[in-house]
Amino acid sequence: MQVKSEWTPTIVAFCCNWCSYAGADLSGTNRLQYPANVKIIRIPCSCRLNPMFVLRAFQRGADGVILCGCHPGDCHYTTGNYYARRRMTLLFSLLDYLGIERERTRVEWVSAAEGAKFAATMNDFVQTVTQLGENRRLEDLRCKSE
Amino acid sequence: MQRIGVFVCWCGSNIAATVDVERVAQTLAMEPGVVFSTDYQYMCSQAGQELIQNAIREQRLTGVVICSCSPRMHEATFRKTVEKAGLNPYLLEIANIREQCSWIHKDREAATQKAIILGRAAIAKVQLNTPLTAGQSPVTKRALVIGGGIAGIQTALDIADAGFPVDIVEKKPTIGGKMTQLDKTFPTLDCAACILTPKMVDAAQNENIEILSYAQVEKVQGFVGSFTVTIRKKARYVDETKCTGCGLCTEKCPQKKVPNEFNLGLDTRRAIYIPFAQAVPKVATIDPDYCSMLKSGKCGVCSRVCTAGAINYQQQDTLLQREYGAIVVATGFNPISLEKFDEFAYSQSLDVVSSLEFERLMNAAGPTGGTLLRPSDGTHPHTLVFVQCVGSRCDGGEKGKPYCSKICCMYTAKHAMLCREKYPDTEVYVFYIDVRTPGKNFDEFYRRAVEEYGVHYIKGMVGKVTPQDGKLKVQASDLLGGQQLHIDADMVVLAAAIEPDESARSLATMLTASMDTNDFFTEAHPKLRPVESPTAGIFLSGACQGPKDIPETVAQAGAAAAKVIGLLSRSHLTCNPCVARSDEAMCNGCSACEKVCPYGAITYVDKDFRGPNRTTLRRRVAQVNPAVCQGCGACTVACPSGAMDLQGFSNAQILAEVDAICK
Repeated sequence: MQVKSEWTPTIVAFCCNWCSYAGADLSGTNRLQYPANVKIIRIPCSCRLNPMFVLRAFQRGADGVILCGCHPGDCHYTTGNYYARRRMTLLFSLLDYLGIERERTRVEWVSAAEGAKFAATMNDFVQTVTQLGENRRLEDLRCKSE
Repeated sequence: MQRIGVFVCWCGSNIAATVDVERVAQTLAMEPGVVFSTDYQYMCSQAGQELIQNAIREQRLTGVVICSCSPRMHEATFRKTVEKAGLNPYLLEIANIREQCSWIHKDREAATQKAIILGRAAIAKVQLNTPLTAGQSPVTKRALVIGGGIAGIQTALDIADAGFPVDIVEKKPTIGGKMTQLDKTFPTLDCAACILTPKMVDAAQNENIEILSYAQVEKVQGFVGSFTVTIRKKARYVDETKCTGCGLCTEKCPQKKVPNEFNLGLDTRRAIYIPFAQAVPKVATIDPDYCSMLKSGKCGVCSRVCTAGAINYQQQDTLLQREYGAIVVATGFNPISLEKFDEFAYSQSLDVVSSLEFERLMNAAGPTGGTLLRPSDGTHPHTLVFVQCVGSRCDGGEKGKPYCSKICCMYTAKHAMLCREKYPDTEVYVFYIDVRTPGKNFDEFYRRAVEEYGVHYIKGMVGKVTPQDGKLKVQASDLLGGQQLHIDADMVVLAAAIEPDESARSLATMLTASMDTNDFFTEAHPKLRPVESPTAGIFLSGACQGPKDIPETVAQAGAAAAKVIGLLSRSHLTCNPCVARSDEAMCNGCSACEKVCPYGAITYVDKDFRGPNRTTLRRRVAQVNPAVCQGCGACTVACPSGAMDLQGFSNAQILAEVDAICK
């Protein structure tokens, strides 16, 4: 059982394989630091992100979820990030309705060349979510194993 | 029951220095389903791979998790490793604990914890992996090279030499590119035309090469091995098969006031023109923006003088559709526009020229016949100032580029040297931030310019150039001497930054090839796969990938050709098996997936299903063509019934990762 006195948020980052995951690799190659709370899940394209995944992350105890994809117009699959953008816009309305703070979810476009942007985005996002505090509203307490 | 093996790599000290690899291996050994867990110094080494293969055989593993570097680095390597041990290559998952863990964290405890969580997520995912078999697709044995500069020509020649047919698409009326406009080339000072034009002729005469000049790629469909490309051949208004290139029309055309783009507008050409004497194909082209016949129907001189009867004012653009197995991008570069650099008075004085313009002014086939004359009054200049890094290495500004254009230091040294050699009475100043000469015989060349030819190299930037009384007043700082300089120059030459050709962005979109923030094409790996685009079947040659000089361009062109030859030599290709699949029992035929598919990979078929009481029900269901599907997953999210899923990245797999991370 972890001591909760030093609470740090759990952040799930969904990164598209072609741009943002490569951008995350580049920030690693350049040794650009960002907090260890960020855990990356690789998906082929930002459009692979089912909004359901975001809700599930919140249910299971994530405090922030970020989706990173190629810049609009640069999608490896031509149009995937446009779909992702629309779907996330709808999800934002739903999260608003549920009373989840807007700042807990974010969409950022990070290219394979933007290692610095990736690290900066993650630093900023972790800071924002830390200030918001723990996600209690959507967390499913039954999922808390320990 | 799953039997999963976990292999934690030290990567020397790259991972082991910040992550307690032993603890990661021990902790992950306790995860459900894990029967084997170990750590090793270099998993990707032969010994490491053998370790994995032995474990697969001895422990009868059903899934493998490797905690190592990015899957972008070694996923392919390890897939082969497990396949050789008899395991399906897609029963492998990689936890990225180097780029996304050990390299970005300094705190050992936090990094170790994160590595454990990433390992857990991979274990959770691999439990749901299914064996996938890659399908096969045919290879069209023909290559397309986009761009007919030295990069494109060299690539095409090398591919053609291996016996494969190749087409060069060049948007200008002639192939040759920027190199045709150069005078001499560094560091040997041999003339550009003398080494390039024989290659152009070789390309034209090679039976495996077809040159489609004055043409542009309009549409690209398909994927590696079978691209379908639509090419627009613009109307030249001259029949290429009849024109002999005698040039009579270009002498008789009454429209004389057309800026000559080959000489960068330093002189004029006619409305019907051949770009330069050694053009390939040597065929006249009518410029529709200036031709009176095409604009108002009055003239027709060229048609009357043409003895071959090649002029055809009714010619239309034609669209060609061709099949290719591989595409090479060789679109090259352009110097940036200098309009924004008003401090150097480029737009105010004709005597402030770009380096490429200077190249034309020094060229024997240029507007002055090789005599260096001031463009404003045609007099001989005595004092010349060269300014380096104009628009290169500019931080954050909208004016310039953040990168080093790489070639400017060397061509400026060349210009200065040639100038002093031809006209010993001239004084030549070069203002630089740094002189960068990292090439074979490059530094020796630069030193010759300084030591033998007496070129004044001054570290510092030019602040302002003011045209005054026919002179150019140059204000500059001498950083080493710690003083302000005022030079009355006759000519100022600006080493403009180079940028990718303006067609590059739209082309990248067509090819779904990625670009960096400066519009240079990105390579699949900056060190290990420098001539391949991340998009399979798209290769990069020359300055479209980054600033390059001629030797580097030619080397890269050859490398790209080798990759293309390797691809075209294969009888078939294995497809990516991580593609979408529809569960026909769940599909309700709503066609939501079909609408979002960018590749048209989804079709609908009527299928019979067993209904109640021994009846059959005919339903419309979606089917994915695995050879066309690229595996983006857009359809999986669009599907309302959850029938569509992506193999390798299924809903269940991603949710398992989410759960493992959030636990």
